[in-house]
This record gives sequence, C-alpha cells and structure tokens, in this order.
Amino acid sequence: MIVSIASGKGGTGKTTVATSFALATKNSQLIDCDVEEPNAHIFLKPRREKRVTVSIPIPKVDLTKCNFCGKCAQICAYNALAVLNDRVLVFPHLCHGCGGCSLLCMQKAINEVDKKIGIVEIGKANGVAFVHGILNIGEVMAPPLVRAVKQNINTSKTVIIDAPPGTSCPVIEAIKGSDFCILVTEPTPFGLNDLLLAVEVVRKMKIPFGVVVNRADLGDRKVDTYCEEENIPVLMRIPFDREIAMSYSKGIPLVTAQPIYYRKFTNMFEIIKNHVCVYSSKGNLELVD
Amino acid sequence: MKICITSQGNNLDSEIDPRFGRCKYFIFVDKDGLEFEAIQNPNVEARGGAGIQSGQLVAGREVEAVLTGNVGPNAFETLKAANIDVITGLSGTVKEAIARYKKGEFEVTQGPSVSSKFGLPS
Repeated sequence: MIVSIASGKGGTGKTTVATSFALATKNSQLIDCDVEEPNAHIFLKPRREKRVTVSIPIPKVDLTKCNFCGKCAQICAYNALAVLNDRVLVFPHLCHGCGGCSLLCMQKAINEVDKKIGIVEIGKANGVAFVHGILNIGEVMAPPLVRAVKQNINTSKTVIIDAPPGTSCPVIEAIKGSDFCILVTEPTPFGLNDLLLAVEVVRKMKIPFGVVVNRADLGDRKVDTYCEEENIPVLMRIPFDREIAMSYSKGIPLVTAQPIYYRKFTNMFEIIKNHVCVYSSKGNLELVD
Repeated sequence: MKICITSQGNNLDSEIDPRFGRCKYFIFVDKDGLEFEAIQNPNVEARGGAGIQSGQLVAGREVEAVLTGNVGPNAFETLKAANIDVITGLSGTVKEAIARYKKGEFEVTQGPSVSSKFGLPS
C-alpha cells in the first residue's frame, strides 16, 4: 500500500505526520519526495547506505551533421532549442529530457549528454527504510528527480510518501500511483483555501483521501464544516500544543516525544487500510467512520 | 536587411509592444522604404521559451535590428547568436521608432533588460 502525505499549503505538518506515521507503522518505507527542501531526515536521522547521482539527457548538436531543418525546435514542447541560420542554441534549463529532438533528427546530429539534476540517498532509520532526493540548487526540473526517488519504492512494505506542498508538477509526480492520500491542513482561512485546491487535485487524480487537521484547536471551524459537507473523513486531529511544538523545534518525531500518538497513528493506518479495501472493491469513495 | 519592431497592432501607427517574446505583432520594415509586413506573434500564449521562439522567428527573416521595450535573457541570447542588434526601452508608435532608428538615435543594448517570464500576462 502506498500512502502519500500532501497539502496545498506549506508548513502544515506533512513531514511531522509522515515521519511519525512511518515510525508507528510496521515494515514501513518513508520516501521524501519534497526534493526542493527534503527534511524528513532531520526527524528520522537515517544511516545512509547508498547515494546515486540523477541526470536527465539534454541535446548536444553536432553542427557538422546538422542541416538546420528546425524540426528539433519545432517539436520541443518547452522551447529549449532555437535553430538559426548557421547554429543551434540549446537552453538546458528549459529541457525536460524527453529525448524527442534526438529521436526525430533525420541527420542524426543530436547526441544526448547527461545533465546532473540532483541525488537520491537511501538509508535506514529505526527500522524505517528511508529514501529521499536532493535537487541541485538552481535546478527547476524537480519531476524527473521525484521519479528517480520513487523508483526505489518497495511495494512489499507500507510506503509513505512525503510530498512537496502546492498543486503543481512535483506534487502530481509525488502522489501519482498512491492508494490513498492524506491531506494535512490547519483550521485557518489559509489552510482551508489551500485544502480546497489540494482536494481538487486528488479528486481529479481519483486518489481516495482523508484529512489530518494539525494545530486543530486554533483558528475557526470552517475546515471541519467543509469536510462534513463534502463527506471527507477527518483521520486525526493534532492539537496546538506547547509540548509538541517544543519537540518539533528539537527535531524529535511526534511519536517519540509523545508515545500516546503511536496508537493514534496505528489507528489511522487501520482506517486507511479499510478505506483502500472498500475503495478498490467498490470503485468509489466511501466514508469510513 | 530589415528591422523588426514589436507592436501592439498590425500597422505603423500602432503602439510599440513593451514585450519582445510575447508581443502581439512583429512588424518587419524594409530599411529603405516604408514597405512593411505585420506578423501576428504565435508565441503569446507559450508556457515557456516564448523569447527563444520569437527570437528564432525574427532571426529567420534577415533582420539587422530589433526595436522593442524589453527583452529577456533567452531572447537576448538567441538574437545575439543571430547577430541581430537589440534596442530596448522604446515606447510611442512604430512609425516614430523607425524614423528615430533611421536618424541613428538609438544605442544597441548590451544585455537583457528584464528577467525571464517578464512578458507573462499577470
């Protein structure tokens, strides 16, 4: 089972939930897909076992073979190539590495060279199998690195994916293929606003989902009202609590600081497991109490 | 050789478009006469790389100079590679810009005047 932890808004507590969920779940694997700012390792302190460099192929044009037909620039969806009278310009930061230009070049004038975009690190922490990706500074191509991170998914384990915030390509890439998605939010106008956006995404992707409300006794009741109206299960509430904030500020996982949460997370796991079973057998989302 | 002016309309009385990559029209003028050709810019809605595509379009038409409001880094690199002079900071009508260019009033820009995505509609 693959469960991803996402949110529209940043800073709602995705990593807090993901790391404690992984620690509380037997035979789990935590995949930190927030490659622009991975931080689950701060909670889990994994021992690194392997590090792999990730590259994408970008075009290199051999001008002695090129006949300047312009086909490569025409088919590039991201306009990463410009064909002029006597030269071809490549804009590596726009290239998504699809390989279309070299495939279609009749002159065989395009070779692909590797451009490093980041690294994947694999390790282990307190029985949790750990994988994360680190995108190079200044690199915009997060989705290929997220894909490389996810290639290390071990389906014999309960896979927990910590997704980046937002609703764009890196998030889609991270949560794609999940059996269930937990949307972490907070009961403020900002939390609700971005929760609505995230709900649109998971509905469009047909991923069953539920909500975890963090800092649950802050703000207003509008997130609860919304979830009730939309039949969205609220899986857990984490209060705005000084003790929790203090352990967070020291990089201590929630379940380690407050072992009472082990049970809450294992309960949540059971709810999600049932939910996924119901969903896969009936093909539609049903509220599980 | 021709010059190219980014324009908000399809004739010489139109206002200059302050964007290069995503301008509404490119007006190509023969330097000697007032013969002109207006081409609607197909890159206005491009997700990214509009400046590169527009630069390539202009480079394919024997142009010696581009007169515009602003040009971003990718467009500037493309135009420079094609040996096209770039003149930025212009406003007013296309006709005025041509007249001033002919009098040699402009200086060639040495670098991009704005950063990427400047011309994206807000």
